[in-house]
Amino acid sequence: MFNFEKEFLSDLNKEVKTGTTVMAVTFKGGVIIAADSRTSSGSYAVNRVTDKLTPVHDQIYCLRSGSAADTQIISSYVSYYTNMFSIEEGSKPTVKKAAHMFREFLYQNKQYLHAAIICAGWDPIEGGSVYSLPLGGSIVKQPFATGGSGSTYLYGYCDMNFKENMTEEEAEKFVTYGITEAIARDGGSGGIVRKAIIDKNGVRRKTVYGNKLKKFWEK
Amino acid sequence: MSGIGTGYDLYPTTFSPDGRIFQVEYAHKAVENSSTAIGLCCKDGVVFGIEKIILSKMLVEGTNRRVFSVGEHIGIATAGLTADGRRIVQNARQEAKNYENFTSDIIPIHVLTERLSIYVQVFTLYNYIRPFGCSLMIGSYDEEKGPSLYCIEPDSVALGFYGCAIGKGKQEAKTEISKLKLSEMTCKDAVKEIAKILMKTVHDETKEKEMELEMSWICKETKGKHKLVPKKLIEEAVEWVKGQENEED
Repeated sequence: MFNFEKEFLSDLNKEVKTGTTVMAVTFKGGVIIAADSRTSSGSYAVNRVTDKLTPVHDQIYCLRSGSAADTQIISSYVSYYTNMFSIEEGSKPTVKKAAHMFREFLYQNKQYLHAAIICAGWDPIEGGSVYSLPLGGSIVKQPFATGGSGSTYLYGYCDMNFKENMTEEEAEKFVTYGITEAIARDGGSGGIVRKAIIDKNGVRRKTVYGNKLKKFWEK
Repeated sequence: MSGIGTGYDLYPTTFSPDGRIFQVEYAHKAVENSSTAIGLCCKDGVVFGIEKIILSKMLVEGTNRRVFSVGEHIGIATAGLTADGRRIVQNARQEAKNYENFTSDIIPIHVLTERLSIYVQVFTLYNYIRPFGCSLMIGSYDEEKGPSLYCIEPDSVALGFYGCAIGKGKQEAKTEISKLKLSEMTCKDAVKEIAKILMKTVHDETKEKEMELEMSWICKETKGKHKLVPKKLIEEAVEWVKGQENEED
């Protein structure tokens, strides 16, 4: 018996996940973060122009992967606390502080959450920094980090091409090509490439639309 | 018994007609009954000194501490009811630890001071808990920001000081402190100066029993950690004070 709901609407009842590709890379003078733009619910793309680059504070951003609901609520908690602390202390928070707050939420609630975060930004003490917070709630500071379902296709690419202290142009190329490749190979990633460059002057956002994405080997 | 605040002084929840809360003022009186404590901001740190009256020859020296560490980098000196002081310090330690766990950074002294201030203020709001009968001096030293010293009174007012005194002899002590050139003084010099103020100006040898000096510091030498001043330095300071006295004669 043909069941309309079961066949067509079941996708909409699946949990919304940001099956995703995100990257954050430090370069000389700051960090550059990039993400794809697909939010999926099963095989239905709920949003094909999602903005996964979420501001936490003026010069601190986070990249969200896993359950969209979980990551949204945690990033708004951390944003709230960093803002409160910066008012109390009279100075902007460091990326380390924001990243450790993420860790506290992710670890203490690990039974309930399915969330992985990359926290990246610029502060005057460390310069550009990237912190990776995977599923279990651990925290690791890295020169670059990738996350989401599409990141599995990028391990080789990143290992071969990353260099410390790249220029801004080199770093921008590095992340753009990386996300492009992941979009090509990963079903959970797609759409456009959104980028943000965070340095001592603030945040500059850029977008690369689908038709402008470089085509690598493909038939 | 009739006194100044009769009728309006039973609970902190009652204002007097001239706008005072007598219970909080009586808490100040409790602080003024206690022996003096001094805090000084020098160019390379903060030094605390407390005049401790030796109540009995049976007491072990160094017991009945009135100076406490919060985290490693902050020191708190109390005057007034020591038990009340210990309660606030316990709260301060909790705050410092929670802050550190949440943000992975050590708590800045002005944040801790504000939080303690808010905590102390709560106890001036209800009729079933009394205000704290103690004043606290909170001190810290940072390579970048330099020394910081704050004082919280029972009415929860927290002010930043270059030099401060609380307790019985605070007026005389403050007069002496204002004569010192604090920005040019090192912590080692401050130890001597505090010993002099406590032993000579504040402590009355004829009226009171013997005294013991309890001193602690947070300075460049201790790498920003709150430690008790080494016993040797205190003894040298006491000798120096006694030497000064002989010179004057």
